[in-house]
Amino acid sequence: MTDKIPVTVLTGYLGAGKTTLLNRILSEPHGQKYAVIVNEFGEIGIDNELVVGADEEVFEMNNGCICCTVRGDLIRIIDGLMRRKGKFDAIIVETTGLADPAPVAQTFFVDENVGKRAKLDAVVTVADAKWLKDRLRDAPEAKNQIAFADVILINKTDLVSEADLREVEARIRGINPYAKVHRTERCAIPLSEVLGRNAFDLDRILDIEPAFLEREDGHDHHHDHDHQHDHEHGHDHHHDHDHGGLKHYHDEDMQSFSLKTEQPLDPDKFFPWIQNLVAQEGQKILRCKGILSFKDDPERFVFQGVHMILDGDHQRPWKDGEERASRAVFIGREMPEEMIRKGFSECVA
Amino acid sequence: MTDTRSETTSIADRIRPLSVGAAVVAVHFLGDDPVFVLGEEALVFWRDSEERRVPVHGGAILGSASDGKRILTGGDDGKVVATGPDARSETVATDDKRRWIDHVALSPDGMAWSSGKQAYVRIPKGERVLDLPSSPGGLAFAPKGFRLAVAHYNGATLWFPNAPDAKPEKLEWKGSHLDVAFSPDGRFLVTAMQEPQLHGWRLVDGKHMRMSGYATKVRSMTWGPGAKWLATSGATQLVVWPFGGKDGPMGKSPKVVSPSEHRISAVAAHPKQEVCAIGYEDGMMLLTRVEDGAEILARAPGPSPISALAWNAAGTRLGFGTEDGAAGVISL
Repeated sequence: MTDKIPVTVLTGYLGAGKTTLLNRILSEPHGQKYAVIVNEFGEIGIDNELVVGADEEVFEMNNGCICCTVRGDLIRIIDGLMRRKGKFDAIIVETTGLADPAPVAQTFFVDENVGKRAKLDAVVTVADAKWLKDRLRDAPEAKNQIAFADVILINKTDLVSEADLREVEARIRGINPYAKVHRTERCAIPLSEVLGRNAFDLDRILDIEPAFLEREDGHDHHHDHDHQHDHEHGHDHHHDHDHGGLKHYHDEDMQSFSLKTEQPLDPDKFFPWIQNLVAQEGQKILRCKGILSFKDDPERFVFQGVHMILDGDHQRPWKDGEERASRAVFIGREMPEEMIRKGFSECVA
Repeated sequence: MTDTRSETTSIADRIRPLSVGAAVVAVHFLGDDPVFVLGEEALVFWRDSEERRVPVHGGAILGSASDGKRILTGGDDGKVVATGPDARSETVATDDKRRWIDHVALSPDGMAWSSGKQAYVRIPKGERVLDLPSSPGGLAFAPKGFRLAVAHYNGATLWFPNAPDAKPEKLEWKGSHLDVAFSPDGRFLVTAMQEPQLHGWRLVDGKHMRMSGYATKVRSMTWGPGAKWLATSGATQLVVWPFGGKDGPMGKSPKVVSPSEHRISAVAAHPKQEVCAIGYEDGMMLLTRVEDGAEILARAPGPSPISALAWNAAGTRLGFGTEDGAAGVISL
């Protein structure tokens, strides 16, 4: 669509295997050249002049949105890398194990110079099959990384049993049912599954089995106690159901849901609604993304958001025979789901 | 309003075009000869109508500065390189971890650069290092004496490298500060921020000046003769802040001239007259008299934004470059 350089953000808790994946990307013969922004210089065994060390400098913006932070170092580094445009095909940003992915993602929407030249391709999270469950309990960063991901590698699968793996997978799905999940050993995976996913992997939200998304169990999952700052409480009272062998968890503080309508939307209703929604509730919404069908518009409109920041554009014409439905997904904490559902349904033309 | 400015007097036919082959990130004059700093690897000297490409870095050139006698550049190869009018280059410093050299600055007898969260100064007495709370966004020497200003997150630091025991002075203001410049009379310090605004301090008492209203980040600032005004990019018109009075622009509105549909991407004040050379994102260049906004067309719109502009010290030659590698010199 554009000649913007795609950027893959690589996250994962300490020891999950980010560096292994990075080394694989840099050493496999795929004919692509990557500029790599790493947080720990020297961990990478590959000699590559386009490996840049970064200090994760998270800066607050004075633009009025309370959760708007950006990575100042990324702005500077991408500006510098762009002076060597043509020398690489894509950029990979490795974050530290304790990093919140939000500032990285927001950088691509907030800084005009960065946004003009680079676009976020996908957030890829490497998870440790053996330890992820523990980390989801004790490390809010680990949960954020899962919630943010477009692609998740459950790595080190050789260290756990099949039953454990299914448990981990179910736990991941409970947080983020929209990410593409792969099982790997030593991060062995065709790189096309990780790189070049295009626009936050938006089509993925069309692939999802609606049955898997809906709360078909009919339970009411409203928790009355305050989850605002509950990172340290140790209990994990997830709900455990068995549906034909597929375990379903609903993570206790991270929720997700999807919205769909076959009726075309009215852009003059949708944009004010979503802008107002993220302005009011953006702190709770980690990620939102969608593919929209507007009335009398021959093109698909795609949007994505991180907290209070939104980005959207026409993507391509609707294909003949393609179902012209609008679909959006939300992942976050304590989101006012009913309000969002109602608001979305009122955007039809 | 159109940007063709067909009625305007034009000197566009006086452009001596050059093809430097890569994005131009800065122009400096060594004497009367323009030197074009490319985004990658080389400087291009233009003398006696001949171009000469001088390789200085093994990668991107991230920062450059000049005092009219030499050009200092910093690269992603971890090197700081000084180049003289004879086009001879010398590596002044090499970062031992091969980190990027992000910014450089020059004074008559000192040079400065930054890498990571450190600022370095080379002075006749030796080399000094200043540790900073975050990576510098810009460096600038004070016009007189030996003070270095470093812009960073949440403010700027003023440092006397000659007095290593003196505690650096902190100027605080929330947010990320990028480019930094002293007024040529040394009374004010101005930073361009990550937000589309400038921040200024009156150095005698640290009084704050907020200069906002821009459409985008200000990436080019220039002081008019006698430090009477500061003209800036970042809007669709030239924004000129008054600095003549003792309070600078405090409580005053800026003057705006030369509006366009396109944003201004580079500015260079004439060294002697109240005139500013303005480069726009559509490739157009104007010479505008700040007082009344009278304009001369210096370059018709082209395919690429003007990315670099500079005058020689006498104000008789203007050098410019664009993001797509067009460049030129206008002799007045």
